Amino acid sequence: MAVEASSLSARRRRGAIRAGAGGPRYPGWLALPAVAWYALFFLAPLSIMAVFSVATRVGFTEIVYSFDLDNFRYLWDPLYGRVFLRTLGLAFFGTIATLLVGFPVAYYLARYARRRTLLLLLIVVPFWTSFLIRTYSWLIILDRDFPVFRALRSIGVLPEDLQILYTSKAVYIGVVYNYLPLMILPLYAALERMDWSLVEAAQDLGDSALRAFRRVTLPLVVPGIAAGSLLVFIPLMGEFLIPVILGGDLTVYAGNLIGQQFLTARDWPFGAAIAMVVIAAMTVLVLAYARLVGGEEQHGR
Amino acid sequence: MSAETDVELRGVTKRFEDVVAVDGLDLTIRRGEFLSLLGPSGCGKTTTLRLIAGFEQPDEGELLIGGRDVAGLPPYKRDVNTVFQSYALFPHMTVLDNVAYGLKQRGLRGAKREQKAREALELVRLPQLAVRKPRQLSGGQQQRVALARALVMEPRVLLLDEPLGALDLKVRKELQIELKRIQSQVGITFVYVTHDQEEALAMSDRVVVMNVGRIEQLGSPREVYDAPATRFVADFIGDTNFIERDGATFAVRPERISISRNGAAGLGGEVVTAMVVGPAMQCLVRTDDGQEVLVRQQRQGLDEDDAPREGERVVLTWAEDAALPLTTYPTGGTG
Ligand SMILES: Nc1ncnc2c1ncn2[C@@H]1O[C@H](COP(=O)(O)OP(=O)(O)OP(=O)(O)O)[C@@H](O)[C@H]1O
Ligand SMILES: [Mg+2]
Repeated sequence: MAVEASSLSARRRRGAIRAGAGGPRYPGWLALPAVAWYALFFLAPLSIMAVFSVATRVGFTEIVYSFDLDNFRYLWDPLYGRVFLRTLGLAFFGTIATLLVGFPVAYYLARYARRRTLLLLLIVVPFWTSFLIRTYSWLIILDRDFPVFRALRSIGVLPEDLQILYTSKAVYIGVVYNYLPLMILPLYAALERMDWSLVEAAQDLGDSALRAFRRVTLPLVVPGIAAGSLLVFIPLMGEFLIPVILGGDLTVYAGNLIGQQFLTARDWPFGAAIAMVVIAAMTVLVLAYARLVGGEEQHGR
Repeated sequence: MSAETDVELRGVTKRFEDVVAVDGLDLTIRRGEFLSLLGPSGCGKTTTLRLIAGFEQPDEGELLIGGRDVAGLPPYKRDVNTVFQSYALFPHMTVLDNVAYGLKQRGLRGAKREQKAREALELVRLPQLAVRKPRQLSGGQQQRVALARALVMEPRVLLLDEPLGALDLKVRKELQIELKRIQSQVGITFVYVTHDQEEALAMSDRVVVMNVGRIEQLGSPREVYDAPATRFVADFIGDTNFIERDGATFAVRPERISISRNGAAGLGGEVVTAMVVGPAMQCLVRTDDGQEVLVRQQRQGLDEDDAPREGERVVLTWAEDAALPLTTYPTGGTG
């Protein structure tokens, strides 16, 4: 999906070039490998899912192909509504949290840092190890008996009854940690292109540093904010490992629900139906976002 | 100096790590004048402007704007505005919004604000482009917008950092005249940075010639050209021959030298090259004692068929007051 979003903006840029100076025409066959790949590994499974989602389960694993909307009807249950809202909440607030943590880092890197390449590398390096190992290690760090916590509790900095692990706090910590690079890199790319003399011009014309940030910097890096947010938001809608590992079994997200249907309950049609709803919801959100940002981008450049 | 003072620098020094960008600068800028900072690349012109604008703080010395010490005052609290070399127009705003940008903080709203911005655009002769985006303008037009955006603030002093540096010669000449017209119209003090000496001499009331963070000479264009205070100034402003004669070095402008085939007491030599450079005829002469001297004659009134040719023997002479003895110059002193 993320790749799709960026090809969307690439198309827009090509359009702009053609409309402008009549630049070189893009040879269409160059897109062939990508098109083939998507047809085979993205559209085909998606079609299979669509077929499953309207199929009927018979007995325990048997599937009868039909056009049966019952799977979607089950989803009307408020139980699933709550799961869906919770997922949306995690994706939304997780994106906001990642943005709030990532923006200052990207800003510092782009505007002030000296050894940028090294620092960028350091941000990415942890991701050379397995996602599972990194997330499991938070189990140790967030444990009540982790030495730092114990010490902080004993001197009264942290309350005695503080519990982070197996709560939504731990889930958010895990989410921000894991998704941060996806946010920082596009933000950095946008801020790196920023012409800082514009900020000086704004200050010269009477803006305080904060006002100059709001009136000049922020509008100009909206494309970066949008790209980073999409890269974080979309996978978060399907995230299920972080809640499972750090959130305990207490809270179920759409990703868990889908996983359960396919792996445990073996109700593939129902699992496919949930997945279809999530995909549909994401598509709507992404299109709305692309529209919003598309407008901004025209302002920007 | 009886004239009212706008900006005063007293012993201002600015260092970047181990570079001294501005070195104990003393400078008084008068109300309403057109003052140019002229000097080679890296001599501290931009840094001086940024100190006045408030983007840099001096390490030593005092800086007064309108008689008030502005130490520690941020740019938005100083009664000066800047025209940036890169224009620094806001790409996400129309020309009109760019020009109106600074008026918002002044409490001007709606129609009033737009009207002032439009007046400023008329001043720079661009009223028809108000709704365009900066990227839809030519370089010269962008420069005019940047100028309007700063002028609309009606600052005490306008700082211009090589505003015409990125433009081609023809547009530059146009805008030079335009800038002069606007300055006399609005009566704002202009502090103008350039490394184009011709531009500085043509436009300024006074010129500051800078070198490695210090002032070499401060004076009217005529003073700086006719009576360079240091060897650096003589060399930097215009073309100058440094001619050694009788154990002393003299600075002589190429256009003050007369060339003839059989003069009396002069410097004898041979023409190495002779060429036509626009309105002038330019000869490079190698003297008998091995020096190279550039001579420039106006072509108007010159019999070109009779002009010196390459390989010919000639004699060079000049009026007494055309030769400035360089022995009197202190090295790197202030003027
Ligand atoms: N932010 C900075 N950090 C470090 N050194 C700087 C900085 N700004 C300027 N300098 C140094 O200070 C000296 C003066 O620079 P400045 O930009 O004032 O020169 P300039 O006269 O404007 O030159 P130019 O004609 O090339 O624009 C130079 O040696 C430059 O390298
Ligand atoms: Mg400069």
